Order: sequence, then structure tokens, then C-alpha cells
Amino acid sequence: MESNPNIKTWTPATMVMVVLIIVGISVGLYRMIYGLGATTNLNDAYPWGFWLGLDVLGGVAMAAGGFIIACAVYLFNWKKYRPIVRPAILTAFLGYLMAVLALFLDIGHPFRLWHPSIMWQYQSVMWVVAMHVIFYTTTLALEFSPMLFERLGWEKARRAVGKIMVGAVIFGVMLSTLHQSSLGAVFLISPSKMSPLWWDTKLPFHFLVSAVAMGLAMVSFETALSKKFLHHEVDKEIFTGLARGLLIVLGFYLLLKLYQLFTVASPAMAFDGSVEGNMYLLEMFLGVILPVAILAVKKYRNDLKVIFAVNIIVIIGVILNRMNVCLFSQESYGAWRGLGYSPSWKEFLVSLGVISIGVFLYKMSAKHLPLFSH
Amino acid sequence: MAINRRDFLKFSAGTGLVLATDAKVSAAREKKELSPDAVGILYDATLCIGCMSCMVNCKKANAEPGGALYHKETAGQIPYEYEGEEQKYDAPTSLSDKTLCLIKAYRGKSEKEEGEGEFSFIKQHCLHCVDPACVSACPVQALKKQPGTGIVTYDKNRCFGCRYCQVACPFGIPMYEWEKSSPSVVKCQLCNHRIAQGGYSACCEACPTGASLFGKVTDLQEEAKRRLNLKAGDTYAYPVNHIEHGKTTEQVVPEYVDHVYGLEEAGGTQYMFLAGVDFDKLGFNPKITNQVYPDLTWEYVSHVPQLIGTLLVAGTVTRLVTQRMEKKNKDNESGE
Repeated sequence: MESNPNIKTWTPATMVMVVLIIVGISVGLYRMIYGLGATTNLNDAYPWGFWLGLDVLGGVAMAAGGFIIACAVYLFNWKKYRPIVRPAILTAFLGYLMAVLALFLDIGHPFRLWHPSIMWQYQSVMWVVAMHVIFYTTTLALEFSPMLFERLGWEKARRAVGKIMVGAVIFGVMLSTLHQSSLGAVFLISPSKMSPLWWDTKLPFHFLVSAVAMGLAMVSFETALSKKFLHHEVDKEIFTGLARGLLIVLGFYLLLKLYQLFTVASPAMAFDGSVEGNMYLLEMFLGVILPVAILAVKKYRNDLKVIFAVNIIVIIGVILNRMNVCLFSQESYGAWRGLGYSPSWKEFLVSLGVISIGVFLYKMSAKHLPLFSH
Repeated sequence: MAINRRDFLKFSAGTGLVLATDAKVSAAREKKELSPDAVGILYDATLCIGCMSCMVNCKKANAEPGGALYHKETAGQIPYEYEGEEQKYDAPTSLSDKTLCLIKAYRGKSEKEEGEGEFSFIKQHCLHCVDPACVSACPVQALKKQPGTGIVTYDKNRCFGCRYCQVACPFGIPMYEWEKSSPSVVKCQLCNHRIAQGGYSACCEACPTGASLFGKVTDLQEEAKRRLNLKAGDTYAYPVNHIEHGKTTEQVVPEYVDHVYGLEEAGGTQYMFLAGVDFDKLGFNPKITNQVYPDLTWEYVSHVPQLIGTLLVAGTVTRLVTQRMEKKNKDNESGE
């Protein structure tokens, strides 16, 4: 197999990415030498910040497309989605690599990242999360490996992986489902700090459902991008199918959130003009209500341009949700403690670098690996 | 290759079934009871004169080897909040990676008597919960509740710095060494290193009035309830330093708020408070309830094994059903 000649390696966009990667790595090194205090604006009331909210929580949610499409193709046997199963798995794999990279920089002792694997504490959600990251990243590497083996011409290895692929997918679906919900479960322990607009005993389920929505939007979004920039032809039916799925999942999520708003929180909290209230409204209107309203109209649901736009606002909406849970939901607690947080420019640059690494690796994979030939 | 697709399916379904049916895995979490040997502190804000001797002694005692502020690199130095000339004046305004124990003052307007305002000191440090959120949150067992004394200790060599303890602690106690490239969590460990050598908490040792009183938690709980039953205006021999040491001081009994903070809060703590002013005004997060915080996450974690099992079975069954359906479709097509 040859590299894809339609994809040029050095475009202006790639060069910008490479610059961002170099800058990000430099700031990352600075963080390794001088520590978190010198690099970030984190403090004792906001121990988790931009990296955790965007790169880890957002990155993992973004990766949900991998298990959804793998599940649809391998378990439900919906052949229609076979052409996008490889890009979806690759996105998931890169999403997790990005999350692990961000975690590496975010934890106080990067080189002890492996500690949870030998120091067990099964009562801790964080331990459960750590185990899922380890196992699911390994599973994704396995699911991704056939692309590499095909390129290298390692027939035997490819066939060996092919034999256990279905098993890997079943494990992957299980691990991913639990990992998405466990990330929500992490926050169950802080009802005394979070606004009831987000805190709820059903938070794990909220995280899972919103991650599925994000995954669907992300897969559709990047398929559209590959179609435009990487000249990968796909049927319109894939987009409309994903849009239908998105409508169902997001509609269900809207009901969940409304139920939570009326039972745990109160609508008055959302409209009280506070930072929490405003962020909640922004997240809900942009990421949930607006997309549901648009997709509910059949004409729009079948319009590729509209679908593309909807995908973008859903992705932004779910990322906003993760940032809200991680940061803005604690606004009044932080104010009560007299502490605030907004990311430093160094945190921004590292996040940009991490995201650029993901996009760059995706592009290189599209050029050099059999990503679309299926 | 020995393993084929069918084996794999059997394996995943088998593991799944075992996990899904093994109800014992998710048995109810053991309720953590207060150990009879548990030690703690009773802080009576009405006795506190704000001399901050506790803070000074705390810093000194914990900068020694084994203490919560000890670092090999800075051995022999006391970690002051301010560098240079200002070092002489060491008055932190909040807990930090250099301050485990803090006295704060509250000044408010009284509703009853005009002109005369309410006033109280309050001492902040780790409350050593009976069932601590931080211990349940820590993924690597760096934070542990010591059997017997019930002291919540921290092992910096296990900690990898996820800071979930900071998120989990409802009292906002664990502090992080943000400025270090090899940082640790810092919190009061009730002078565990001194207790191991037969001593007791430095803050209580230094307290001249008995405001900070060390002892067995059960004794302290009794003492606290006894004080609430005293008549305001009477005199009472308040124990000083250590409840078992017998040293007392005669004081006029003040008007107490009828509540022992820490008896029920967050499921109970080994550091308890008495005060003459509402506790909400003394810097306690009013959103803290009597909830045993680790139960909140255990409700989820305890179901994980069952979820793993159920999802593996569901995935395998779905695959088998769709494969069979496809085969049937193909047979039908070739039959036509």
C-alpha cells in the first residue's frame, strides 16, 4: 500500500500545527522543570483546571465516537457505517493519547503515572478511572493496529488481530461506557462545592449520554472534514444516519437535564444571573436545545451543511459542560473561599499543543495508513 | 494460534456472567465506626484568646523529621509564609502548604444588644473524619486512616499528585505545594509522629487556656456534651492540654451555641468544636451535611463489577444475534 498522494504533508495549516506543537512541548518542559505553580493558575480551591476540563474530560468525551461506531459495525452489524469505523477508532485512540499526555503534565508527579496500577484502592473512583484509561488505551491500540500492520505488510500479525477484533470491540465498548460514566462519578463526592445545576446522583449517566452525543457529532464532523480536505468520499446516508442518532441521544439528554433541573436544582437558579446560571444556560441552549430544535426539522436533518454546523455546536456544548462541571460549577464555592481561577497563557499553549499533536497525527495517519480503504 | 474468535466470545461472555452474578462483589460498604482508641481534639472557641501559640508550636513540631511540614531539602528550617525581613511577622490568612493550623477571628454585629458585636476565634485544621472523603478518593492509598488512633495520614512517596483529595474534602483542608516541581499534599496529621513517640498534638500542648484539648474522642465527646449542659455564669474546671493529664483551669461558663460541630457533620469527625457564635459564621462551609461522603461515590463504584459483567454479556449476545440474523438472510437469499 502506498501513501495517499492526494494529501500534501506540508500545507500552511500543518506548519501552524507544527509550530503550536513545538511551543506546547516547550511549555510542557517548562512545567516539568519549574512545576505547576509556575505554569498554571491552579490553586487550592481549584485544584483541577483547564487541562483537566478541556484536554482530559473533553478529549475523552470526544473519543466516544470510537466505541459507538465500533459497536454499531461489529456488534449491531450496521454495515452502512463500515467506511467510517477506522477513522472513528483512530480518533478515539488519538483522543485517549491526548488525554494521557495532558494527565501526564497535570499530575504532580508525572513519572508516577503508573502508581495506580500497583497501588490498588478499589473504593476510589479515581482508581477505577485510572484502570479504565490503562485498559481502554491498550484496547484502542489493539483496535488501531490492523491499519499499521496493513501498511507494513505484516499479514500474519494483521490476521491474528483480526481474529480477536470482535472480542476487543466488546471489551472496548464495556470499558468505554464505564470510563465515560466514571468520569462523571468522580464529581459525586463534592455536592458541598458544586452547584446543583450540575451535581446530581445521576451525574455518571449524564456524562455517558452527553459523551455519546459528542461522539456522534465528532465522527460526523471529522468525516465531513476528511471529505472536504482529504478527499475521502462517503455516502450522504452516513451523515443523515448520524444526525438522526444525534437527535435521539441529544433529545434524551435534554429530558435528563430538564428532569434534573426541576428535581435537584430549580429553574430559578439557572436564571438568577450568576456565573453558574449563565454558564448553564449557555451550555444548554448552545449545546442541547438549539441542536435538538434544528435536527427536529426533517429538512435540516438531511442538509449536510446544517448537520456540519450542528455538529460543531454540539461539540462546543459538551466541552462547555465538562468545563462547567470541572470549573464553573464551583464558582460560588471558590468565591466563598476567596479564590478564583482563569487559565494562564501557558496552560492555553499546552492545551493548543496537545490538540495540535492529535490533529497532526490524524492527518499523518490519513496520508500514510489505510484509513479509508475498506 | 490457540485462541480463535469463538473462544474469545466464550471468554468474554463467561467472565461477564461470573461478574454479573457475583453479588458479593458489590456488597454494602462497611460502615466505618469510630475506633475506641481514636484520638482527637476538642476546640472550645469560648476559651480561645487568640494567642496563636498553637500555630507557632504546630509549625515548629511539624518541621521536625516525621512532621507534616518536614522536607529533606529544607531540614532544620521552619516554613514561614513570608520570605526575607517579613519572616519575623508570620501571620498567614489561610491554610496553605506551609500552614497546617490556623487561628482566625470572627467579628460580627449582634442582633440582641446594639453596639456590642459578636466575637469569636476559630481554629482551622484537618478534622480527621471518621470516614474521610479524601481516603476514599485517593487512588493510590497515599491518604490512610490509621487503625486505632484514626488519624488520617499522608504518604508522599505513594502520592502521584492527582489532587482528587482536594476536590473530595468537603472542608477544603488538603493543600498542595504548587510552587514545587516535586510537590506533595500538605495537611494536619494530628502530630502522628509525636504520638508514635508517646507525645500528643503540638497545638494542644501549647494551648494555655484549654481551648485546644487533646484526648480520646469518646472522652472529648462526653466533655463537650457536659459543657453544653453547664449553666452559663457558673464556674467550671476546664481541662487543659490533655484530658487525661488532670490539669485544669477555673473559668466562668459562657453562653454556648447548643451544638457540637463534628459530632455528626460529614458522618462525624475526630476534631470537634464548641462555640458561642453560630458555626456558619465561623468559616464552615454551610453546604456541608451529615452525609458520609464516601458513600456517594461507593454507590457508583460498588456497581462497577456488575456493570462490567452486564455489558460484556450484552455485547456478546448482540454480536451472536446479529451474526445469526445475517446468516439467515444469506441462506434465504441463496434459497430463492
